[in-house]
Amino acid sequence: MNWEALNTTLELASTTSVILMGIALPLSYWLAFSEWRWKFFIEAVVALPLVLPPTVLGFYVLIAMGRFGLAFTFRGLVIASVLYSLPFAVQPIVAAFGAVERKYIEASWMLGSSNLQTFFRVIIPQSWAGVVTGFVLSFAHTLGEFGVVLMVGGNIPGVTRTLSIDIYDQVQALNYSSATLTSATLLVISFVILSIIYGLNRRVWFFAADRRHREAV
Amino acid sequence: MDSIEECGSLLLIADIEKRFKGRLSVEASVRIPHGPSTTILFGPSGAGKTTVLRCIAGLEKLTAGRIIFNGQDWTNMPPHKRPIGYLFQDYALFPHLRVSENIGYAGKQSRESIKSIASMLKVDDVLDHWPSELSGGQQQRVALARVLAREPRLLLLDEPLSALDAATRDHVRAELAQVLRNLGIPAIVVSHDWVDALTLGDQMLVMSGGRVLQVGAPPEVFKRPQHPEVASAVGVETVVTGRIRRREAGVALLDIGSTQLVAADPGGDALDFYVCIRGEDVTLEKGRAEQSSARNHLRGTVSQISVAGVLTKVTIDAGFELVALVTRQATADLELSTGTEIFAVFKASAVHLIPNARI
Repeated sequence: MNWEALNTTLELASTTSVILMGIALPLSYWLAFSEWRWKFFIEAVVALPLVLPPTVLGFYVLIAMGRFGLAFTFRGLVIASVLYSLPFAVQPIVAAFGAVERKYIEASWMLGSSNLQTFFRVIIPQSWAGVVTGFVLSFAHTLGEFGVVLMVGGNIPGVTRTLSIDIYDQVQALNYSSATLTSATLLVISFVILSIIYGLNRRVWFFAADRRHREAV
Repeated sequence: MDSIEECGSLLLIADIEKRFKGRLSVEASVRIPHGPSTTILFGPSGAGKTTVLRCIAGLEKLTAGRIIFNGQDWTNMPPHKRPIGYLFQDYALFPHLRVSENIGYAGKQSRESIKSIASMLKVDDVLDHWPSELSGGQQQRVALARVLAREPRLLLLDEPLSALDAATRDHVRAELAQVLRNLGIPAIVVSHDWVDALTLGDQMLVMSGGRVLQVGAPPEVFKRPQHPEVASAVGVETVVTGRIRRREAGVALLDIGSTQLVAADPGGDALDFYVCIRGEDVTLEKGRAEQSSARNHLRGTVSQISVAGVLTKVTIDAGFELVALVTRQATADLELSTGTEIFAVFKASAVHLIPNARI
């Protein structure tokens, strides 16, 4: 088990998902509520990493990074991961924002709250499960990232060597026992994370009082 | 356009033109004087009443027109800056906030004053509940409390009673009338219920097909609809004031003008009522029937006959002005003309009594 790689991976995933929240929350708000007629172009751009081969994304990012001296650095890797995981953060949040009924937003305005206040007092509290899902999903997706990391980060121990790269190296070196352990670790982490997401979206804990009431009736 | 003097005497001037793609457009002018008054926007569903309300609130952008409140131009002001209390048709209580947090949402009130608003509206015992745990009547009162806690200068109520069942509605309507009168805040109330209009309204705008057809005091509009569409929207041809003389065995005897009639006792202590009778409920007879289940047999003379669609509208002077809607065949068979002596017959249950608190 390569603890250094695990450390790098967790650091990369948490940094990426925190930064992604800063980008995804305003971007999702705009995507959910803007009436701009060309909005679908932006939606397509955001969804691009879902279908693009990681090597293609990685290649372009690498070229761009080179100009700023960020290629093969941890910071460069974070930027690439943010781009790569963007749809995983944005899409659940957009869906949750879009599900907030218009009347609650209008009611908030009519009680004197601005758009920004309404965002924090009505939209976020009612989209809580979607926001957590976006955060956790982008974390999990960054954990398992391989192609982009290889292209942009290279394979520098302690800096850009993540678990998935480490597994690849072990297998190349026919070191199967180490690869088994690392793979199992990633498998367990991923499974726990997805369980959390599916649990959340059953809304077992959300509006618990509301549920109890409906069951009682 | 209004002269400057007229602008000065008005609290609200709203000239609204709103076009929707592929749907009916709404063009309406609303004027509200200074001081406490309740204006009813009345009409069938799809008449554009809610659109007018939403335009005044800023929830819809005007295609053309202007909104001036107390001399201030609201036309392009964002909705959250307008000191309006807007009661949504289904109340829109925030499901993620408890009742007390809903009422305190506007953040203008201390804990104490939230409690006093809640107790005025009799919801102080459910402050810790979730909105989903409340009955329809309680939700309505919590929503009203939330609106009042923002200290509005104009109340806009969109069908405030329509989400309630019939039994609750009568009760809540009386309470709402009381609250509106006590607050002294001008209000615009959207409704398609003529009982709401008579109970709550000082002024009434009848809308149909996106246009305002008639403006006036509710009893006047009911009595003298100036448009066939207003008559059908209103649906009550006779509205007169009456006073209960005596009540016995669930029946009330009322004095109306120089005559008396019998109605089902509405209960309560009130004595003064609007007496409302639908034209369709009035039967005309030449002589007085020997026996009949109908309690009211009024002798009168025909004062006017006019065409009302497939029916004939017969106005009878029976000590007050009573309108009957009969078929043309009946008009011919009874040889009705101006001056004909006739009996107007209707059941006690056809007489609707609406409390008249304005006397």
